[in-house]
Amino acid sequence: MRRVTAICNGTAIDHIPSGHALQVLKMLRFDVGRSNPISMVMNVPSGKMGRKDVLKIEDRELNQEELDRLALIAPKASVAIIRNYSVAEKRTIELGSELINIVKCSFSNCITQNDREPLPHKLKIVSSEPMEIRCSYCGKNQDIDEIVDYII
Amino acid sequence: MGDLITMDDLTNKEILQILKEANTLLPVARGETYLPLLQGKVLGNLFFENSTRTRMSFETAMKRLGGEVINLSSIGSSVAKGETLYDTMQMVDGYTDIAVIRHPNQGAAQYSADAVSIPILNAGDGAGNHPTQTMLDLFTIHEAHGSLEGLNVMMVGDLRYGRTTHSLSHALVRFGAELTLVSPESLKMPAEIVSDLKNHGAEVTETEEMASSIGSADVIYMTRIQKERFPDEDEYNKVAGVYKLDASDISEAKAEMIVMHPLPRVNELHASVDSTKHARYFQQAFNGVPTRMALLCRGLGIKVPKKVK
Ligand SMILES: Nc1ncnc2c1ncn2[C@@H]1O[C@H](COP(=O)(O)OP(=O)(O)O)[C@@H](O)[C@H]1O
Ligand SMILES: [Mg+2]
Ligand SMILES: [Zn+2]
Repeated sequence: MRRVTAICNGTAIDHIPSGHALQVLKMLRFDVGRSNPISMVMNVPSGKMGRKDVLKIEDRELNQEELDRLALIAPKASVAIIRNYSVAEKRTIELGSELINIVKCSFSNCITQNDREPLPHKLKIVSSEPMEIRCSYCGKNQDIDEIVDYII
Repeated sequence: MGDLITMDDLTNKEILQILKEANTLLPVARGETYLPLLQGKVLGNLFFENSTRTRMSFETAMKRLGGEVINLSSIGSSVAKGETLYDTMQMVDGYTDIAVIRHPNQGAAQYSADAVSIPILNAGDGAGNHPTQTMLDLFTIHEAHGSLEGLNVMMVGDLRYGRTTHSLSHALVRFGAELTLVSPESLKMPAEIVSDLKNHGAEVTETEEMASSIGSADVIYMTRIQKERFPDEDEYNKVAGVYKLDASDISEAKAEMIVMHPLPRVNELHASVDSTKHARYFQQAFNGVPTRMALLCRGLGIKVPKKVK
């Protein structure tokens, strides 16, 4: 059963871990200053994952670079680009080997804490299951549960 | 390319090669012969945090090889005026051929290496890495035992904050060491390091008691309990005096066992050990010179000859 009305054009993100839709919006920088209509369902039953969240963003086709940011919190999400009410393209999310200028290192004594330092924030993906992410400069492992708070 | 930021930048084979070169350079390090391999080269000594041994031994190493040294003093300089590390490094890139950096912020060495084209040697970044210290420790162990393979090494004292024991233990397990970690409960080696060491297949024993392991040790690595880390005097006093090694403690030790210490020492290592055949800490401090010579040559891509007259 589709709980949200069909959209004409845009992007549908399905299979977001239950309760994480707002974080996904934040990671996509759709939480402030945008005018696209967005509909969201949270905690709906899913065959694959028990419960899940779903997001639909109208009039905007997310590109691969934007989608890859989601790998941090919704690595198994399925993404459909909707054109004229039907699925025109399907995209998957890929976790690369390094996150460049996506999140900041959370360690208080890291050199990258100085906002005036100009080099990009870089975090290495050490392993994807379980997710282990390490700052490429200071070498500290990041707390995955708090990583949304450090989105750039 | 010639950067040295963590010990992961060196393979076991490279470590052994550098130790061999350091050994070749010993007469030069002692000033018995002059070998101007680095003539015309300029080293930038960038100590954003205090240092005695590391800064001086780098300076000696460079000068004995015919090179020049310029020092950055952060007090009163543009650093104190709020210049970014990136900007400081652009200047250093223009003035020098290689730089040694110690910085209070973790990751500063890797950041500097990314910011410039000259090679960067990490001489301590926060509580992070200090690989040139590890190299001189390995040199000292190799010098005494003729090998790094399969040694029984005891580390004693502040294993929580002592960054020298962190990177040394990582390096030693790569050569099959068996480790005994002796510390008060509150100053144990961080759990993630211990699990790394065990994942490497190392046999690691954690204990609060020092005496019973001395007999089987090939190396006893003493460290200072760092007063500046404690919130109050009482907490410090609880653990300050727990480990004191004196000559009588090691009377039953293996003949070839060596006692090391990164220095400065307080009361954990009694002066009575100095005159025993086991004492190796002053030698260890000197070994910073030949080891750093070899690391400067590696950084600058200068070949060390097989023999030095
Ligand atoms: N017109 C549309 N408007 C909004 N969402 C849509 C539209 N068409 C499909 N979707 C959503 O896109 C996702 C994938 O589409 P679906 O037809 O279920 O393909 P499949 O199940 O084969 O992957 C689902 O979450 C679905 O609800
Ligand atoms: Mg479906
Ligand atoms: Zn960091």
